[in-house]
Amino acid sequence: MNLPYTVIFEKRTADYPKWLPAVTSLVSVLVAFIISGIVLKIIGGDPLRVLKFFFTATFGSWPVFSDTMVKATPLIMVGLACAVAFKMKLWNIGAEGQFYMGAFFSSLVVLVPMVNLETTPKFIVITLMIIMGMIGGAIWGFIPGYLKAKYQVNEIIITLMLNYVALYWNNFWIFDKWSDAGFQMTPQFEKIAWLPRLSDLAKEYRQFSGITLHLGVVFGIIAAIIIWWILERSHWGYEIKLIGDNPQAARYAGLNITRNLVLVMMLSGALAGLAGMSEISGVVHRLQEKISPGYGFTGIIVAWLAKLSPFAVIIVSILFGALIVAGREIQPSGLSNLLQGIILFMVISSDVLLRYKIRLVRLEQEA
Amino acid sequence: MTSSSPPNAVEMKDIVIRFPGVLANDHVNLTLKQGEIHALLGENGAGKSTLMNALAGLYKPVSGVMKVHGEDVNFNSPKEAISKGIGMVHQHFMLVPTQTVTENILLGLGEPKFFMDLAKYDQKIRDLQDQFGLRVDPSALVWQLSVGEQQRVEILKTLYRGADILIMDEPTAVLAPQEIDELMNTMRSMTEQGKSIIFISHKLNEVTAVADRLTVLRKGVATAEGIGVEGLTGEKLAELMVGRKVIFSVEKKAQEPGAVVLDVRDVSAENNKGVPALNKLSLNVREGEILGIAGVAGNGQSELAEVITGMRTCEGSIFINGEDVANCEPSKAIERGVAHVPEDRTGVGSAPNMTITENTIMKNYRDNPIGNKWSINFTEARSHARGLKDAYDILAPSVRTMARKLSGGNLQKVILAREITTNPKLMVAMQPTRGLDVGAIESIQRLLLAQREEGTAILLISEELDELLTLSDRIAVLHEGEVMGILDAENADVKEIGLMMTGMKRSDA
Repeated sequence: MNLPYTVIFEKRTADYPKWLPAVTSLVSVLVAFIISGIVLKIIGGDPLRVLKFFFTATFGSWPVFSDTMVKATPLIMVGLACAVAFKMKLWNIGAEGQFYMGAFFSSLVVLVPMVNLETTPKFIVITLMIIMGMIGGAIWGFIPGYLKAKYQVNEIIITLMLNYVALYWNNFWIFDKWSDAGFQMTPQFEKIAWLPRLSDLAKEYRQFSGITLHLGVVFGIIAAIIIWWILERSHWGYEIKLIGDNPQAARYAGLNITRNLVLVMMLSGALAGLAGMSEISGVVHRLQEKISPGYGFTGIIVAWLAKLSPFAVIIVSILFGALIVAGREIQPSGLSNLLQGIILFMVISSDVLLRYKIRLVRLEQEA
Repeated sequence: MTSSSPPNAVEMKDIVIRFPGVLANDHVNLTLKQGEIHALLGENGAGKSTLMNALAGLYKPVSGVMKVHGEDVNFNSPKEAISKGIGMVHQHFMLVPTQTVTENILLGLGEPKFFMDLAKYDQKIRDLQDQFGLRVDPSALVWQLSVGEQQRVEILKTLYRGADILIMDEPTAVLAPQEIDELMNTMRSMTEQGKSIIFISHKLNEVTAVADRLTVLRKGVATAEGIGVEGLTGEKLAELMVGRKVIFSVEKKAQEPGAVVLDVRDVSAENNKGVPALNKLSLNVREGEILGIAGVAGNGQSELAEVITGMRTCEGSIFINGEDVANCEPSKAIERGVAHVPEDRTGVGSAPNMTITENTIMKNYRDNPIGNKWSINFTEARSHARGLKDAYDILAPSVRTMARKLSGGNLQKVILAREITTNPKLMVAMQPTRGLDVGAIESIQRLLLAQREEGTAILLISEELDELLTLSDRIAVLHEGEVMGILDAENADVKEIGLMMTGMKRSDA
């Protein structure tokens, strides 16, 4: 059968307008919701009700939106960590391990303890934990960065393997040294090491009661602003992008590639480490097993969906935070994974629209 | 068939190809007779490649008739064109760098099926090489080959696939004079053995030397269709291509060179394969002087440019204004005022996915007013880029255009503009006009001469003898990493240079 029309993919010769990537990404998410709806319909569900429930369970009220934001918080920082490294085409897939090392190092402040927890002001304790967390992540980024710079060791393999090292390093301490009565966790931290939450203000403002949103989200937003500034405005960001786009040209322009390689890996690790710190200080309040349901890996997806743009990382993280919360609320929980997968497919496929113009052409009548 | 002679290899009639907003080919006719070399000329963007891509099955014409060996054809894919014996040798090579020559040639073919048995195919390819005189080691890895050798692989690839109509897209743009002669011999031997060739070129002298007939395109319209090459002058051809008279000689002012800027002493270096490429080479360049480096490709030119600009390690000393910079990082050379127009403008000289602005600030993004202590003032950077775009006549929609979207000539202007604005003491320019059209060549050459008048010392490495003769003050001839001799460009004898290029040392050198 011959259709009277044919679809033509035309390579874009001119630059596409700046807003196009945002529009195509948004439309892909919408399409993903529609496809999920069709799937729901096929298996006999009521798509509209499910989708409505999805939104009320994640954005429907301040408390649930707060839950969504709490889940989005580590994703923002880990997503930024991946985005920075990916900008330089450094494939850091070790954000998970850097996250754990950040959690471990910041715990040292409380568990050693590094300062007298009775007398030191909260501000100092938290600041110290931030610094330690970032150092922990940075060390875990430095190792693969240095090995790549010095011996051309593939960073994908090293970062991947260091994930396990970090996980079992943590396990060693929480199973053995710091175990709380034989459980796989340390005793709960003193309140002084907790990040302030909105619910802390419940006494003055009743509406904040039960809202668990903590200061970590502010770290994430500040980090996004700083990373945006570094990438878009600073010498360093220009160097990162130049090395990422064409290392030969970067060398030709006199850039120090090896130094940048180590520094970017450390920055990336530090951001993931900060996420680890924010998670134990803001949410779980102790070092324990499974503080991350794979944030480090979700961060990779977040970074790509955000097209490596720091502000888009925030938006994508909120969407993914919502998906994590929804996964808890909607049964079967696999639905949320389904939606995640479809979104990923749609957004990645939408790149075709950036590279090609698609036209419907009427075929000329054959003589 | 009413005609008694064999059918034409290719007949294209009234071909119209339209792109959004552009009429790339406007009722173009082209007839390729059996066994002839047909030259297709035109400036960049004149529609030559479009027309040829239609013949190779990559584009479909909106209207028009195509016949191959007298048979109507309507290609839907390159595969169909290949099956009709049409082979295209692209200007930009489509080779896998980490594979051997043989592997590249076999890529995508039905044979060998499972076991590679490369030795057998190496021999097959060697036989093909003997038949047409295309020398290249079949077991060499492609990334180790010179550009000229890579091109031979591309030609072998089409021949191996049984092409009898070859489209060669600016094949000489990447070759040394001797290699060009060799290629022309190959082309002639191919036509003698029954192949027909469409030869796309910018270079008028080559067209008159090798082609039987020619077609000229200008802005999608044929300004000459299949006229004989006899009696055609370069001026006439240039006029057909450009639509106006072209001045062929750029004017070089007489001036006395100043102090020595670059002093290379006993430098030895290895190439990417680890084979010695420079052998105790010495030369110097003075202020306001252009020292031309002549030689067949792969005789140490690339390595010479790289050791001076700090991109390759070496033995020996390289003095720039009295300071030894051998084995320093590229940043040191930049600091000492060395500008570099690299051989590979897309692979080394620019970042393809960054904008014109970002490409123009590659070397001064830290300097006032573009760079502050930590940040880059992009408003300033854009106006800097806009200034360069106007001053150097870079054709692009805006300074936000990605470098990869620029034509070769415009990209080269971006690179040259960037290098010139660093106020260099020494400029190392490698093949600055390679693959550019007449108009662009003229403007690049003018820019180099203007730099010379500014007092910059220029090391001009080129495989175009004519270019070296017009631009240089002195010419050094390189052979296997050694200087065969240095001549005054003014009364240099082309024959002598040619002999030196093949390894004859100058008696008084």
